[in-house]
Amino acid sequence: MVAWQKKDLLGLENLTAEEIELILSTAESFKEVTTREIKKVPALRGKTVVNLFYEPSTRTRVSFEVAAKRLSADVINIATETSSVKKGETLIDTGKNIQALKADILVVRHSASGACVTLARHLGISVINAGDGWHEHPTQALLDIFTLKEKLGKIKGLKVSIVGDIAHSRVARSNIWGLSKLGAQVTVCAPKMLIPPGIEKMGAGVTCNIDQALKDADAVNVLRMQFERDEGEAFPNQLEYFKQFGITTERLKSLKKNIVVMHPGPLNRGIEISSEVADGANSVILEQVTNGIAVRMAVLYLVSGATTK
Amino acid sequence: MEFKEKAMIMDKEAIARALTRIAHEIIEKTKGTKELAIIGIRNRGAYLAERITALIEKIEGIKIPVGILDITLYRDDLTTIAEHPQVHKTEIDFDITGKKIVLVDDVLYTGRTIRSALDALIDFGRPRYIQLAVLLDRGHRELPIRADFIGKNVPTALKETVQVKLKEADGKDEVVILEQKG
Repeated sequence: MVAWQKKDLLGLENLTAEEIELILSTAESFKEVTTREIKKVPALRGKTVVNLFYEPSTRTRVSFEVAAKRLSADVINIATETSSVKKGETLIDTGKNIQALKADILVVRHSASGACVTLARHLGISVINAGDGWHEHPTQALLDIFTLKEKLGKIKGLKVSIVGDIAHSRVARSNIWGLSKLGAQVTVCAPKMLIPPGIEKMGAGVTCNIDQALKDADAVNVLRMQFERDEGEAFPNQLEYFKQFGITTERLKSLKKNIVVMHPGPLNRGIEISSEVADGANSVILEQVTNGIAVRMAVLYLVSGATTK
Repeated sequence: MEFKEKAMIMDKEAIARALTRIAHEIIEKTKGTKELAIIGIRNRGAYLAERITALIEKIEGIKIPVGILDITLYRDDLTTIAEHPQVHKTEIDFDITGKKIVLVDDVLYTGRTIRSALDALIDFGRPRYIQLAVLLDRGHRELPIRADFIGKNVPTALKETVQVKLKEADGKDEVVILEQKG
C-alpha cells in the first residue's frame, strides 16, 4: 500500500488509483469505529478542524463535523453570512486568519471553481474541498464509490451511469475521475443542454437517451435537478423531466435486478426519482450518508498525518 | 538504518512449546475458562492469539471468544510521526464487559503499544480484568507495564531489534535478534 503524502484533498483528478484505494480501505476501518458503542477514537486529539462554508450545506457540513468529533478533534463552524466575509474580507485573508488561529485542517465549500486550490496554495495547513463551484466534490464521490464497493464487492469493470444536471455538477466530475481511475465504465446522461462540452474527454460515455444509459448498468447515480438555475426556454420543466429522465419503478423493471440506486441528496421526490425507488430495495441513499462519516474520518486522518512533523 | 541477523533465539519447536505452556498457564490462572476471552494486537499478536485460543479450546474442549485489536488510532506518537500509519480493522464481535481478557502481542518492549491497547479496549466496555501474554519480553520499558504470561525473556541492547516471524505472515516460525550494521 502507498503512504499518504498530500497535505490537502482538493479533488480526485490529481489522485492516483492507489491513493483512492488507500482512502477507501482506511474508511473501511473507520466504519467499524462508527458501529461501536463509544464511537470516538483519540487519533486527532488536540487538532482543530474549521468548517468554512460559503454555500449553504447541512448534509456535508454536519458529516464533516461528526467525522472530526469522532476523531476527537475540536470543530469550529464558520457560516460566511455571519462572518467578516460580509464586510469584504477576501478568501485568502479569511484563510490566513484561520491559519493564524492555529487551526490544523480547513474544510471549505465555495461557489467558485478552484477556490480550494487557491487556498491550499496560500496556506500551510491542510485544505479539504467540500465542494467548489462546478469543479469537484471529492468526499461525495469517495463515499459514493465506497458504498458501491461495499454493495457490489468491486469497482473494476462496473458500469455506472450518472443521470441529471451534469453541466453544473461537481459530484458528477469527481465521480467520473474516481470511478474511471478504479476501472469502472462511466456513462453520463442528461438533456442535451445539461451536458457540458468536452465531458467525454474525462473518459465518460455520453448519451441523452436514458434507456440507453441504464441498459446493462450496475449502478445509477441520480443527481438533483437544480431547477433554481432555470436557464430559459430550452430548460425542461419538472414534469417533462420526470417523464423523460426520472428513475421510476417502471424503469427499473427492465434493468439489472440488483442495480444500485444512489443519490447525493437532497432528494427531489417526483422529479429526478420517484418516492417508491428512493425508499425501495435498490436504494442505498441513507447508507451513503452513514458511509460519508467513515470516508470523511479517513480523509481527515490521512491529511492530518501528512502535515505533522 | 540497516540491520543484520545476529542470532536465532527461538525456532519453530521452541515457539510451539512456549505457546502451549502459556495456554496451560492461562487456564490455571483464570481457574478454568469461564468468561475468558483472548484478544490479539495486530498484526502478529492476532496470529498468536488465534494459536493460543486453539490450544486452550483443545485442552478444555470448549469455544473461547477471540478478537483482533488495531491500536493505530490510540498511539501516543500520532502527532509526531510523519505520515500516519495505516489503520486496519478491529474485529471484536463479542461484548467484553465482565470478561477476563488476555491481551496477546508478539514482543513487549517500551510498553507503549500495550498502553494504547488498554485505552482502546476500555472503549469497548468494562472487562473484569485484563492480563497480558507476550511471546517475548525484551526489556527497556518506558511505562509501568508488565506481562502476566511470557514465552521467553530476552535481554537485549537498545541498538538491537527482535523480529518475530510467524508462518501466517512470514511463511515460517522463528525469532531472531537483529543488530544495526556498522
